[in-house]
Amino acid sequence: MSGKAGKILWDNLWTNNPIFIQILGICSTLAVTNSVRNTLIMTVGVSLSTAFSSWTLSAMQATIPRKVRMIVQVLVISFYVIIIDIILRAYLPEVSKQLGPYVGLIITNCIIMGRAEAFAAANKPVLSFWDGLTSGLGYMAVLVAIAVVREILGFGTLLGFRVMPAGFEPWTIMIMAPSAFFLVAFVMWWAKTVQARAAAKAAAAKSAPRPVPAKA
Amino acid sequence: MNAEPLVNPVVLFFASIFTSNILLSNFLGMCSFISISKDKTSAYGLGLAVTVVMTICAAVSWLVLRYLILPLDIEYLSFIIFIIVIAAVVQMLEMIIDRVSPALYMSLGIFLPLITVNCAILGAILFMQIRSYGFLQAVAFGAGSGMGWWLAIMLLASIRKRIENNPVPAGLKGAGITMVTIGFMAMAFIGFSGMIAVQ
Repeated sequence: MSGKAGKILWDNLWTNNPIFIQILGICSTLAVTNSVRNTLIMTVGVSLSTAFSSWTLSAMQATIPRKVRMIVQVLVISFYVIIIDIILRAYLPEVSKQLGPYVGLIITNCIIMGRAEAFAAANKPVLSFWDGLTSGLGYMAVLVAIAVVREILGFGTLLGFRVMPAGFEPWTIMIMAPSAFFLVAFVMWWAKTVQARAAAKAAAAKSAPRPVPAKA
Repeated sequence: MNAEPLVNPVVLFFASIFTSNILLSNFLGMCSFISISKDKTSAYGLGLAVTVVMTICAAVSWLVLRYLILPLDIEYLSFIIFIIVIAAVVQMLEMIIDRVSPALYMSLGIFLPLITVNCAILGAILFMQIRSYGFLQAVAFGAGSGMGWWLAIMLLASIRKRIENNPVPAGLKGAGITMVTIGFMAMAFIGFSGMIAVQ
């Protein structure tokens, strides 16, 4: 069991990361990545709603007729998103206002439905919860990294605190939409290159049982 | 946002196509945008479907918002209600098109179910709600956003066709280079922003 849980964690964080491998769910969160704080709150929201939706849908999979499965999934997801929206409005009204429509858009975040279809439909509730949560973590890791770059270069701050020297000229492009696309592309490029290299190394180790010492 | 004077629907229509393109400046509808933009025919079909559904949904959900959600004071349920509106509109459209024009159904039919979970549609509706648009504005905004999405996906599909035969670093192939392309398109669309400054 623990081995399986560990494998799910590794899969969702790295080998099958929702952003740079599955390319799912970029829509609703990329827009807020010019501020680290908003990104953190949004991604926590996405992780929690993915985890709880996966858990619920996995628990009730036997009772959902196939024909209405999609609409049931959407309704369950919107139920959790509404709860998150209400919590945000109550405890973090300022952030809730800044995020605007994007909280509601978690409903249509493909990652949640993707996990419900790909994992929760065939697994036990607890494991599905874990799968949803770790998918959210993989998602969070990438987006927070992007947000850190965008906030530091675009505003010269990190989580609202000034980190760049006073003479620093903010890069306007980093606040605007294109930079997010470029940064996602960079993350994809980096991750795929590293993975390809690891795969090549593994293949080489398999084909040559006695590897020659590599030259540095 | 709410206190601003009402914007002319025609201006809003063009603004939502060019200056505040729902995809390139609000990042909505990315999933299907990336997966369907591989060939032009399906990009065209999906774009058309999104435009039609978005226009109708904007109108219907404006009415629902005005005459159902606000009077009953059930704004906390609005996410669920909007999703149901979208699903219902898509379902009805599917049935109508099937009955009226089987040829159109063949080309559009497979895209319709995908649209229910397209973030751009829900996004447009939520923007409409937050900015408290009037009815004509809502319809203009819906139609404009849909067309903007359509324009963007057609452009991307055409560009991807050209990229196919060019050498791209192995790690950037596929989604990576597509994201870079979208980034450049977004930069190009920023050029429009001097034209109409409307939110």
